[in-house]
Amino acid sequence: MIDFLNDAHAFLPMLLRGLLVTLELTVCALSLSLALGVVWVVMGRAGFAPWRWISRSVITVVRGIPIIVQLFFIYFVLPDWGLDLPPFVAGVMGLGLAYSVYQAENIRGGIGAVDKGLVEAGEALGMNRVTLWRRVILPLGLRHALPSIGNTMVMLLKDTSIASTITIAELTREGQLLAISTFKNGSVYALIALLYLAASLPLGALVKTLERKGRLA
Amino acid sequence: MIVLDGVTKRFGDRTVLKGVDLAVARGEVLCLIGGSGSGKSTILRCINGLERHDAGTITVGGIRVDDQGLPAIRRRVAMVFQRFNLFPHRTVLDNVIESPVHVHREPVEQARARAIELLARVDMADHAHSLPSALSGGQQQRVGIARALALRPEAILFDEPTSALDPERVGEVLRVMRELAQDGMTMLIVTHEIDFAREVADRVAFVDQGVIAETGAAADVLTAPQQARTAQFLARVLHRNG
Ligand SMILES: Nc1ncnc2c1ncn2[C@@H]1O[C@H](COP(=O)(O)OP(=O)(O)OP(=O)(O)O)[C@@H](O)[C@H]1O
Ligand SMILES: [Mg+2]
Repeated sequence: MIDFLNDAHAFLPMLLRGLLVTLELTVCALSLSLALGVVWVVMGRAGFAPWRWISRSVITVVRGIPIIVQLFFIYFVLPDWGLDLPPFVAGVMGLGLAYSVYQAENIRGGIGAVDKGLVEAGEALGMNRVTLWRRVILPLGLRHALPSIGNTMVMLLKDTSIASTITIAELTREGQLLAISTFKNGSVYALIALLYLAASLPLGALVKTLERKGRLA
Repeated sequence: MIVLDGVTKRFGDRTVLKGVDLAVARGEVLCLIGGSGSGKSTILRCINGLERHDAGTITVGGIRVDDQGLPAIRRRVAMVFQRFNLFPHRTVLDNVIESPVHVHREPVEQARARAIELLARVDMADHAHSLPSALSGGQQQRVGIARALALRPEAILFDEPTSALDPERVGEVLRVMRELAQDGMTMLIVTHEIDFAREVADRVAFVDQGVIAETGAAADVLTAPQQARTAQFLARVLHRNG
């Protein structure tokens, strides 16, 4: 125990730096995944058939490929085609893209829960399709989707560890480096696990609150 | 002002409007009464294009209700819903300025000032910054009326505006509607409030199985209906209302 506390004292600064990167990665990838998720949903409902076709194809393809392969593709293959991205950007893009298909599912569900009467109220007030989506369907749909978006965010937080494979100095990679150089696997991985827990438990609580609020609304 | 001529509407293989002829003059208050499922809501919803009618013509102020005319129609005709349908994520004030600002691009300050006036008119100015969920049904419906007025409509369609209210809240909404009628607003009202219709309506139309079965001056239709089915309906409703 004393050993562990000593290790913790020695390793925490580096691990906390890693955790910060993990959180940054989570927030950035989350934003991208939501933005893309909205795009897939809106395209999926477009009147113009090719838009719907693109949306459906992207979702099928992205859903069918492991996240780690998507990351490798963006980080190792795109440079061959002249697109050389810094690791962090590649990580955000890969995770954001991979998670956008889950977000699309969440958002679709949320939109399905929007009261039809409110959409009709918007129509009766003269809103065109774009205004209706911007002012009524998306804000209310996202609200309904918040609990499931929160769940997805917890999964995303944990899956940012995959970004360790493309040299991003997030929590898992910082830990690996420590473990390799100190051979203290036990202490290091225990600390990593605790830090992930410490980050995801509050998120889980937030989701619970959102679900409660969602039921009240 | 609003003219329906031989309007039919099908849902799947059910024909729910079977040639509706109806005219509402400018400044007139016309109440639509009729049994459940007779097609009253569908008539209103066809007028502002929430449903697309299959045959016949509908015009509002001479403009035809079709793809081309619809934006203009929705500027001229507002709707008040049975279940209020206020946007739950916006305050009372934001509900009222929603259409002026975000559809018709009025300056926000000007729209706000007018919204406050409209809210005062329905006696809801004190609640401008509340969310709809904090209000009673009667209060929400009065905001619904203010939101409709914000369009500066030439006519307002009401679909059972008091049916979802607690009995003690009905009066406050009817009072607002009575004032609108006195101010000369053109109103087409679906209602089961026979007493209100008798008092406020210029004319009453009785809808039965997708047609206008009888129409005439409110006093005539409600006290001395010409048709047996109108009489039956009235007997039922009046009996239920006690
Ligand atoms: N979207 C729809 N799809 C299928 N059938 C519908 C739809 N809307 C209405 N109907 C049917 O059309 C008929 C007329 O409905 P409408 O809502 O106009 O009646 P109403 O006179 O307003 O009745 P109520 O007093 O119950 O509101 C009903 O039988 C109803 O079931
Ligand atoms: Mg109805």
